[in-house]
Amino acid sequence: MDILSYLIPIALVMGGLWLAGFLWALKSGQFDDPEGAANRILEDEEIL
Amino acid sequence: MTPQAITDYSGFIRPQKDGRHHLHLAVEGMNCAGCAFKIEKALNANETVAARVNVTEKRLTLTWAGDAAMGNRLVESARALGFQFSAIRQTADNDNGRNRALVRYMAVAGFASGNLMIFSLALWFSTPETMGVSTRQLMYWYSALISLPAVIYSGQPFFKSAWRAVSHRRTNMDVPISVAVILATAMSLFETIRSGAHVYFDSAVMLLFLLLVGRYLDAKARARANNAAADLLSLMSGTATVLQGDGHQRIPAAEIKAGMVLLAAKGEKILADGIAQGDTLIDAAALTGETLPQTIASGGYLLAGMVNLGNPVQVRVEKPQSESLMGDIIALMQKAEQGNAHYVRLADRIAGWYTPVVHALALATFIGWWGFGGMAWQAALLYAITVLVITCPCALGLAVPVTQVVAGSRLFRQGMLLKSGDALERLEKVDTIIFDKTGTLTTGKIIFENRADFSGEELSLVAALASHSRHPLACAVAGVAPVNSVTDISEIDGKGMQGVYQGKICRLGSAKFLEVAALPDDEKMELWFASEGQTPKRLIFSDTPHADAIETIIRLKKRYRVLMLSGDRLPVVQTVAAQLGIENFYAGIDPKQKFALIEGELKNGHFVLMVGDGLNDAAALTLATVSMSPSSAIDITQNAADIVYQHKGISSVLTALDTAHKTQNIVRQNFALALGYNCLAIPLAMAGLVTPLVAAAAMSSSSLLVIFNALRLKGK
Repeated sequence: MDILSYLIPIALVMGGLWLAGFLWALKSGQFDDPEGAANRILEDEEIL
Repeated sequence: MTPQAITDYSGFIRPQKDGRHHLHLAVEGMNCAGCAFKIEKALNANETVAARVNVTEKRLTLTWAGDAAMGNRLVESARALGFQFSAIRQTADNDNGRNRALVRYMAVAGFASGNLMIFSLALWFSTPETMGVSTRQLMYWYSALISLPAVIYSGQPFFKSAWRAVSHRRTNMDVPISVAVILATAMSLFETIRSGAHVYFDSAVMLLFLLLVGRYLDAKARARANNAAADLLSLMSGTATVLQGDGHQRIPAAEIKAGMVLLAAKGEKILADGIAQGDTLIDAAALTGETLPQTIASGGYLLAGMVNLGNPVQVRVEKPQSESLMGDIIALMQKAEQGNAHYVRLADRIAGWYTPVVHALALATFIGWWGFGGMAWQAALLYAITVLVITCPCALGLAVPVTQVVAGSRLFRQGMLLKSGDALERLEKVDTIIFDKTGTLTTGKIIFENRADFSGEELSLVAALASHSRHPLACAVAGVAPVNSVTDISEIDGKGMQGVYQGKICRLGSAKFLEVAALPDDEKMELWFASEGQTPKRLIFSDTPHADAIETIIRLKKRYRVLMLSGDRLPVVQTVAAQLGIENFYAGIDPKQKFALIEGELKNGHFVLMVGDGLNDAAALTLATVSMSPSSAIDITQNAADIVYQHKGISSVLTALDTAHKTQNIVRQNFALALGYNCLAIPLAMAGLVTPLVAAAAMSSSSLLVIFNALRLKGK
């Protein structure tokens, strides 16, 4: 099971990247306005 | 000379590093996302401006290049679209910050427990023979590496809350949770170091994760509970223009004194009770919900909270803000809100005896194994800690929040907005219901009753005269028939309307105006109409109760005491009470008296549900054990209520009470399930039969059981 000694760290790092990404998204306000984001697609806007 | 007064937000405008300025404000009057986009479009039309409206939180974020004062003009242009802007309340900001912190804790705990479970699966389904001792050790160490930071970080809300309770010599649900998590983690670390097998990292972290989920659900449900008194305060804050000698000066609202003369510009809010020094048009929506502008003649009374819609008017102040009607109501609400903070939630009350019992059992386990079983103290301690871990209230922590969230969504489907979970707890205890009359029990609309007594021509004349008046009774008849061409219509202040039709003078107004000879006995709302030479005829008006009111009251009276309060005159209130079958009623009551009445009921040990819709109900709503208000009520009253209902009529009250009983039953079942599960697990733990696998399985399955039981509320 020697393979585990580098597989586990790789898995943990990947998971850690996810956590870091999620916390960044949370901090930058991606989750602040779920209703606004949902409705924004329905808005009519002129596309130039 | 008249200053174009725009509300000054400069206190909130902040410069940014890139030379732009930004401004955050709370927005009111948005009914849907479309409104938000309307505001954004209007503001973004200016190229230097970036505007974003957060629909969920009802906030406007504005940045622009240019001078700071431009911010005021920008907000004014948005205000012209029909929305109101105000400072963001500190409590709302705090709530948002807390929720975000909870999500962070959840994310970390979730990440940790997911990874820990992967290790645990491998560990549980293998033995030292199949996996190899060194590999198992490696996995334990990785588990420790993941758990320790996760516990230290995500455990914070529990540790802090437990510490606060203990330092005040109290206990709450977070005390056993914190003790169990800390002990489990410490013990597991100890075991890992000395290569033992009793490692409970996964249980400890999973426990934290599930409890954080419960806490987050709870916080979301509470997010809508607004601090109502603060809303009123923001309505009263700002600066006013005082006329002094030849000049004028802006002073803070709090410094307004009786005798001062204020100048209220067009669109400006009146900040103190006083006498109008000129004719004007005002909007009293914040006070009465009346959307039609009202004319106030010179000498008429103006109240703080009204908005001046007409030309600038001078106001001679009669009372400083603190003594104004608004001020009184604010003071009462603040007093009531302080009282509310003492309600101890069911979960915390259970924790009160749960904690000592569980700790006593753990101690008994330790003493039993070490003293009588002859085991080494480390092993005995291990068993004792296992008892604490397995009795840890995972399901107990979820039992209440999950149920309340399901109950809240069920109420939502029935047209009710539940502001806070414990409103349901309080609703279940209610034994007395107090209703406001106008707008709550009655439709609040005035109905013209005896239309049949008038001919078509007479009705047209009445409509023609009435359409020129703003009097509430006139508005009720203005649409009763197509309008005739009546000329020379004029309003005689305080008396009625007069006009000329086919050469004859017609009048519509009070009995005195039409010189009615024989006044009728009953005190119904009335207007009189006559053409020149004719005997005046009477128009009778009434305020009808909602269609479902009578039946709902009958059903409510079976289980509760029902009272009615009203500021209206006694005869009118008596009529409505008789119609609805309410024996206990009070008429002519002002907000202070309403408050005192409820205080009296509470002192007598009653639990009061207050249902009301007006500004004069706001303080009573805050004080009552639990309160409801229709969505037709003004904003402030809706904010003060625990539940806001959309359906017309009062059947929602029955529905809410019924739901509250069902919810509390399920909560009690959940507690029983959670405790029952613990009762099974404790003997096992005390006997030393609990392994980490058993502990994790017990916790997860008891939590699932509790959640599924809560979901039963959806279908009932």
